[in-house]
Formats: sequence, structure tokens, C-alpha cells
Amino acid sequence: MIPPLLRPKRKNPILRTRLPLLPPSSRSRAALGLTAAAALGRFELQVCGSCGIVQYPPREVCHGCLSGALHWREQSGSGELISTTTVHLSQDPYFRERVPWRLGMVRLDVGPTVIVHLHVGCAPVPSRVRVGACLDKSGQGVLMAFPIDEVPNMADDTQLREMTCDPKFRKVLVTDGKTDVGQAIVRGLIAAGADLVWVGYAEPWKKIPGFAALAALPQVALLPLDLSDSRSVKEMAGEIGGKVDILINSAEVHRAQGIASRSGIEAARAEMDINYFGLLRLAQEFGPVMRSRAADGQSSATAWVNLLSIYALCNYPSHGTFSASKAAALSLSQCLRAEMRAGGVRVINVFPGPIDDEWNQTLPPPKLTPEALAKAIVNALKDGVEDIYPGDVAQEWLARWEESPKTLEREVSV
Amino acid sequence: MTENPLVSLAADLLSGQIRVVDLTQTLSSAFPQIVLPPEFGQCWPFRIEEVSRYDERGSAWYWNNFSCGEHTGTHFDAPIHWVSGRDLPNNATDTLPVQHLVGAACVIDCSAEAAADPDFLLTANHLQRWEAVHGRIPPRSWVLMRTDWSKRSDPVAYQNYDETGQHTPGPATDVVRFLIDERDVVGFGSESIGTDAGQGYHLKPPYPCHYYMHGAGRYGLQCLTNLDLLPPTGALLFCAPLKIKNGSGSPIRALALVRGEDHKGG
Repeated sequence: MIPPLLRPKRKNPILRTRLPLLPPSSRSRAALGLTAAAALGRFELQVCGSCGIVQYPPREVCHGCLSGALHWREQSGSGELISTTTVHLSQDPYFRERVPWRLGMVRLDVGPTVIVHLHVGCAPVPSRVRVGACLDKSGQGVLMAFPIDEVPNMADDTQLREMTCDPKFRKVLVTDGKTDVGQAIVRGLIAAGADLVWVGYAEPWKKIPGFAALAALPQVALLPLDLSDSRSVKEMAGEIGGKVDILINSAEVHRAQGIASRSGIEAARAEMDINYFGLLRLAQEFGPVMRSRAADGQSSATAWVNLLSIYALCNYPSHGTFSASKAAALSLSQCLRAEMRAGGVRVINVFPGPIDDEWNQTLPPPKLTPEALAKAIVNALKDGVEDIYPGDVAQEWLARWEESPKTLEREVSV
Repeated sequence: MTENPLVSLAADLLSGQIRVVDLTQTLSSAFPQIVLPPEFGQCWPFRIEEVSRYDERGSAWYWNNFSCGEHTGTHFDAPIHWVSGRDLPNNATDTLPVQHLVGAACVIDCSAEAAADPDFLLTANHLQRWEAVHGRIPPRSWVLMRTDWSKRSDPVAYQNYDETGQHTPGPATDVVRFLIDERDVVGFGSESIGTDAGQGYHLKPPYPCHYYMHGAGRYGLQCLTNLDLLPPTGALLFCAPLKIKNGSGSPIRALALVRGEDHKGG
């Protein structure tokens, strides 16, 4: 029985805020394959292309036949828990603050025996478990053993919560609540147990259907916030920045145009001003304070979510300037991720395909509903992944892009 | 030898016999901007970025870069702003005669009517009643429509939008024609965003003040404030736009001179 997570008490303001520490983060280049897969929510191990052996830990060559033809392949993770231990004393500064810490050894059905972080719901040795790959606070892939079947309060395990960014009992800022997507995200967060959702809104004189109903929800606090205005961002970061546990940047400007279909640069500049510079303004003002609060008790600052687009990977010419602004935002988000990693705050990039909104009105289905997108974002937080590609179109673009970026470029430029 | 009136004006300014009234809203990112449907091109709101503030970016100096549209804040509309004025000579901010930028102002108090009805339209009839009290509007005057709309400090109340659009007071078509044809005014000024009423798109023609005033080579002033400090007649208005090449307008620092005894602010 896992004790359910309880709403934390209010912070004692006379105690020093604990500084964030990171678990050991150095990895060989070969071992980063585990991290790359975990960032997508997948457990992958090296499989030898010559002898077929599945190997762990990752190495440059196969430990069985010395072949260099190693391929990362997704694993089911099923195996047997053969040993457990609980660490009560650690010399590592990060674990020292978090003991007791449960570890185990699992003999995977595919061969290797692996050391794992142990979910508290796993049955005693010997028992069947499922090993999955998670990102730890340093953003590196680590292995964790879970019970085969879902148990109550599964997500509330304290060790798992170090790996995930669950919105339960957390305070979240959604930067633009005036879009359908923003509103769906706010409702999704409340359903997931968020304590408080600040809902940003710009241009208050523009009244949007549904916004008044959203504002009436007890968990919602409205926040005047305009990402095109540095002073507005600075003021709101000063006002609430020290309390935001999760920031979801849902603000975007989207105009369906290429280069020749609209003269002048004004619409493209408006896209860039929100989609790129808006992110930069937010990151400068909210980034440092969130990073400093990454170990601030049970509901510490934990995640930053960017709403990008699958067009960030490859320009979609009929939405060409929008694509370019999202590509710029993707590049900046990688910089943000590197900077936030120093505190252990996860940066999650969301790459949806076309959303079912007014700017994609003339595109045929399938289009991603705001509700489906919101659900994908909440799940990404719960899973603690770094990159998600919600929707059929995004999945297909991703697969084609991974296979051949040049082929995709030519395919979509008709 | 007659006395130079500017010398006595300067002396009266020094002594406070003549007061300077600021008719300008503060330029800030909080001040609302004209709203157009999102598929149209948009006028930039006022934005400001700090360049340095006695710091590593510039050790001994503080300064900012700002950006805005030509029609941001308290601003001036040149005839070239509207399609009806596009072919007139000297119709842009750099070519218009500067003699037009200083002139007598007549202030029509519509504050009670605007308080009762945000869609209030100033008519020729109303103006003639004003003239019966204050005298005929002199040729080449500026006519300023006082509504006290500038006292709406909440941007939502200032913009006053509902699902049918904006609801702010402005001139009716007949008064625009009357001011041009019968009174030869230089321009028309208002306190709200736009010289035309919020629902001016539905008048005939759409946006009559823009259409006729600019078509006749006249000017517009918008987002004025402190009109309640001016006398109905007897104020001298200064409203020069920036000298933007081929510009359609510009933010201005609108000022008025009034005699001390006429100044309503005490």
C-alpha cells in the first residue's frame, strides 16, 4: 500500500530554501543512448546487429562478439526482481538528502541484469517487475522497476516523483488562457490535481468565449500577462515567479502564410515576437527563480513546457513563417533546457501537428483537438519526458523526419 | 512700433497668465491599442526595451529603445492615412504645412451625452446649438469633441468592446460634412481610439470622419485627454506629428495654451 501524497503544508518562511542538487550526471557517449530514449519515454537497450545479444550497461562494442554494429532497440522491460536493498547512508550530496533510497537488481527476460531504482509498489523478492527508463533530476536516463500491475497511488512514490513532474498539488502558470488550447490545458491541470493555475491573458478588452467560465473555477487565478511586453513579463515574474512550480508556455501567434502569399513582414514579426522573443522574455524572467526552487520541498519547481509545432522540425511552406518562428523557439528551448538542467527543472517540448483551431480552418482532418493536446501535455508531465509529438500527423512527420529529413522537406513542399 | 505679441506671450507664459495644458496620454505598454480583426495587419502597441541602466550594458547612462505604430497613444492622422486622401498634395507627415499644426481649438462638451450613451453621435444639430451659446466656429479651427472618455483609466472600459464591437462616441456623418463644408475646420479631435465612433463602420459611409476629413485634406487627433481643462473657445492647440517621410500619422505631445482665468484645473 503506497501512502497517498498529501497536500504539503505551507512553507515555513524562516527556514532557508533548500538548494537544488543533482544526482551523478556524467555518462559516456554510448550511455547517452539510454537518456535519448528515456527523453521520449522509451526504454531502449543496445542490441548487437551481429550476434543478437542485448547488452547492459551500454558500451562502444558488443561484449559478446566485439562487433560495433550496436542498435538501440525498445525493450518491454519485463524481468524478475532478484535482490533489493535500501540505502540509508550516502556520500553523494543529492542522495544524502533523500535517503532512505530503495534499489534493486532485476534479471531482464532478454538477458542482462540491471541495477534499478525501486518503486515502492514492487512485491518482495522474488517477483515479476517491469523496468522502465526515466529521466532523473540531472536529466539523465536511469532505470526504475515498477510493479507489473498498476497499484493505487502509483505516481505518489517519492522516488518516482523525483523523476516526474506531476502537477498534483503543484502551482502552474499557463501563459495564455485565451486560446482554446490554453483553456483545455488549464482544465486538464485542474483535473490532474493542480493546486493553483495562474491563467495569463493579454489584451483584456478582447473578450473570448469560455474565458469567463474558466476564470470562475476555484483553482484559477487570472494574471495579466503579455509576452510581447518585457515589462509585463518582468512584473509578473516578480509577482509570482517564486511560486511557480510548472510553467506552460501556451502563447503563440499563428498566421497561415508563406513568403509570397503575404507582402511585408509584419505578420511574421508578430509570430516571432510571441513565439520566439516571448519565450526568451519568459525564460529570462522566470527561468532563474524557478531553477533556484527546484528542490523546494514536495511541490518544488519542476517543469517548463513549450508549445512548439511539428513544423519546427521541417518547414511547412503554406505555414512557412510560423514554421520558422517555431524552429527558432525550438533552438532557444534547447538553450533553456541546458540552463535549467543545472537546477533539475525539466524542459518539455511539445510538437503537435495541426491543431483544430481557426488558423488551421482550411486544413482537412486529422487535426488535434485542444483537449487531446492538453491531455498529452499533462501525461508528459506525469511521465517526466522531454519531447512529445501528439497526434497522428505529428507522429507521421516525426517518423518520416527521423528516416530522412530531406525526403520530408520535398514531400511537404508541394 | 507695435508690440510683438510673441514677446508678451512669452512673458505671460512666465507669469502664469497663460497656462500650458497637456492633452496627451502617457505612452506605456498598458495603454490600449486599436483593435482590428486578426487577419488584418496590426498597428504595434507601445513597447519599450531597456538598452542600459548605469550597468554593464552602458555604465553611466540610462536609455531605452521603444517601438510603436504611427497610430499609437495620443496621435495625429494625416490625410494620406485614408484611401480618400491618398492623392492629395502635401498629405503626409513630412509634407503637410506646419502652419496647420498650431491653431485655435473649439471644445464641444459631449460628456453628459457620452456618459448616458457610449454610442453617442455628435450631430450638426447639436453643434449648431453649441454655436448658439459660444459663437460660430472660426475658419481653420480645430474642433475637439470632449466626452471625458479619457477618464476611463481601465483599458477594458476605455475600449468598451462587446460581441458587436466597440462602443465609443464619435461624430455623425452630417456633422463631419458640416465642419468641412460650412466651417472649414483644420481637423477633428477625440478622446477615444479613433476620430470615428466605435460603431463607425456601420455609418454611411463607413468611418465618415476618416473618409471625409482626410478626403478634404483635414487632420485627425485621437486619444486626447484633459479636454475638460480647456474653455469652449479661446485655447490655442499645438499638435505637431513627427516628421516621418511619407508618414500617415504619428504619436504626438498635444499641448494647448489657455489663459489663466480660462484654465479649469485651477
